[in-house]
Amino acid sequence: MSTPQRRAAPPAAAQPPDVLPDGVTRRSTIKWMTLAWVGFAAATGAGLTATLRFLFPNVLFEPPTRFKAGDPQTYAFGVDERWKEKYGVWLVRNTETIYALVAVCTHLGCTPNWLAAQNKFKCPCHGSGYYMSGVNFEGPTPRPLERAEIAVSPDDGQLIVDKATRYLYERGQWSDPKAFVKMV
Amino acid sequence: MGRRWNRFQQSVVESQLWKSIFRVGVPNTNRKRVLAMLGNVVLHLHPVKTRKSGVKMRYTWCAGGVTFFLFLVLTFTGLLLMFYYRPTVEYAFVDILDLREQVPFGIMREVHRWGAHAMVITVWIHMFRVFMTGSYKPPREFNWVIGVILLVLTLLLSFTGYLLPWDQLAIWAITVGSNMAAATPLLGIEGPGTGLLKIGDIQLVTSSNDARFALLGGRFVGAGALLRFYVLHCVGIPLIAAFLMAVHFWRVRKDGGISGPV
Repeated sequence: MSTPQRRAAPPAAAQPPDVLPDGVTRRSTIKWMTLAWVGFAAATGAGLTATLRFLFPNVLFEPPTRFKAGDPQTYAFGVDERWKEKYGVWLVRNTETIYALVAVCTHLGCTPNWLAAQNKFKCPCHGSGYYMSGVNFEGPTPRPLERAEIAVSPDDGQLIVDKATRYLYERGQWSDPKAFVKMV
Repeated sequence: MGRRWNRFQQSVVESQLWKSIFRVGVPNTNRKRVLAMLGNVVLHLHPVKTRKSGVKMRYTWCAGGVTFFLFLVLTFTGLLLMFYYRPTVEYAFVDILDLREQVPFGIMREVHRWGAHAMVITVWIHMFRVFMTGSYKPPREFNWVIGVILLVLTLLLSFTGYLLPWDQLAIWAITVGSNMAAATPLLGIEGPGTGLLKIGDIQLVTSSNDARFALLGGRFVGAGALLRFYVLHCVGIPLIAAFLMAVHFWRVRKDGGISGPV
């Protein structure tokens, strides 16, 4: 067997040495550069993550979404505005039930007013109007007000309202047992 | 007298102090004029040479120039307002009233407000002119993109400034406006696709970590929102806008100067 004739090697002086005098090789250079870039990318990523996380505080000084609303018997027939300022909720008592209406207009999120003389909720921003039940009847809003979860505390008989859970009329959720408290 | 004056003049111009500031000397040749412009940080902001069509008002409407002038006016008056205005729920509204009633030249806030309205209008006029003269075409297409970003920043400056008087109009306008951020895809609580981001039954994006929350610093327009909008209005957005304006003006020159009539 004959191997192909090798070409004459170029003069040795023209070739860069594989190992530099202080022991640095191509392989070690690539290895350390990769390590350096990975380290740099990780540090940058950690810095960006920390910056982003900084914008979301651990504690919010906002009223809690769940609150005790007192004895059900203290509510007279009609719309009660005692929790509107603090929690943004109306408690409404009709002949049979009490329910909690969230005081956020379903059009664009303003706070409507309860106009007792006209027996309706009216939003000052764009004029959406709702009946006492929360169902919309005028203005640009596409859907009724939302109701919050309401229950009677088994401990002391007080009403407990939780705004975090909502019941929507258009999904047929107003008949859910947690959407109202039955008055006897 | 005349000779003495000349000698005095010469001694001033040849002094080390003068020469250390004005290196070129009397700009009496074209070369020296160019060097005088390029060697001065203020003068170099303007091109050394301008085409005749570039200063033709009927062609450019000077809308970009007026916009930049208004930006400078707003920066200056805004800085003055910052000496009195405190971005807290307790003080913001009364400080705005005091700016009108208790501060000399109570129109400063009015200048800032009307200047802001004017700037939004002139930006649109500038954009309209650039569009109608076809000045967005190559090689200026990149600068058009920068311009669109500057338009958005102008609108954001207008939006963030709108909250600062902290009256009913401001609070509800920002409530309505920031609700749009809740519709951000994947990042907003009501946005498309957000419902898909969950582990088991736990939603990853909630009302206390979505895009709207990042903007307001809370679940509704409150103290956190006022402070965040103030910082964005006075520092964050102006810095980005100033940087992009520098790029914008630089590119006008690098892309062949203000476009002329074909």
